[in-house]
Amino acid sequence: MSPAADTVVGLLVLIGAGFVLVGSWGLVRLPSVMERLHAPTKATTLGVGALLLASMIDGRTRYGNWTAHELLVTLFLFVTAPVAANMIAKVHLHRTRTVAGGEADGIAGPPPRPDDEGDWATFAEPRRNCPGTPPDP
Amino acid sequence: MIALALPLALGCVGVAMLLTLWRLVRGPSLADRIVALDTMVVDAIALIVLIGMTSGTDSGFEAALLLAMVGFVGTVAYCKFILRGDIVE
Repeated sequence: MSPAADTVVGLLVLIGAGFVLVGSWGLVRLPSVMERLHAPTKATTLGVGALLLASMIDGRTRYGNWTAHELLVTLFLFVTAPVAANMIAKVHLHRTRTVAGGEADGIAGPPPRPDDEGDWATFAEPRRNCPGTPPDP
Repeated sequence: MIALALPLALGCVGVAMLLTLWRLVRGPSLADRIVALDTMVVDAIALIVLIGMTSGTDSGFEAALLLAMVGFVGTVAYCKFILRGDIVE
């Protein structure tokens, strides 16, 4: 294995592990749910992406076998992370609205409501006066 | 450099997993616990990849791929259950 490839793989592994650690540290350290959602969904996903890239280059240069497994895992993680984060944010909004006492707000305070009559579409109840639903009697 | 970086990275990801476990146990809200579980799955994928690089085998990648898929489905199932009280309607 050439020194250049060795350096590149080593750096990618260190960067990836650093991002994974920062993501989990943010999950522990940040003050509210909405802020805690940021750290793992962005930093950790990026870190795992770097680790998988390192693994791909490592397999190619050290063992000479080219595999697309890692690309598949990376693609799947990058596609699913935003969807999972969106679902979790919906759970938080839903719980803020329906559970008595609610949950702690972050530094930025509670999120603004979408408009005067509407509400967040967390499936708790149909939105009032939105297109496609019958008007209230 | 890889020989130096791999043990360090394994340590970092292990510590990250412990921090995530702390958040999973501590809560305090349901959304926190779902985030922590989702993050633990991603950390587990990172560990599998690092162990695969250390041992020089690629037999762990099927497990990593399965974890990536099942972890996402699990997260969405938890969220749907809390939002609707049901998973498949």
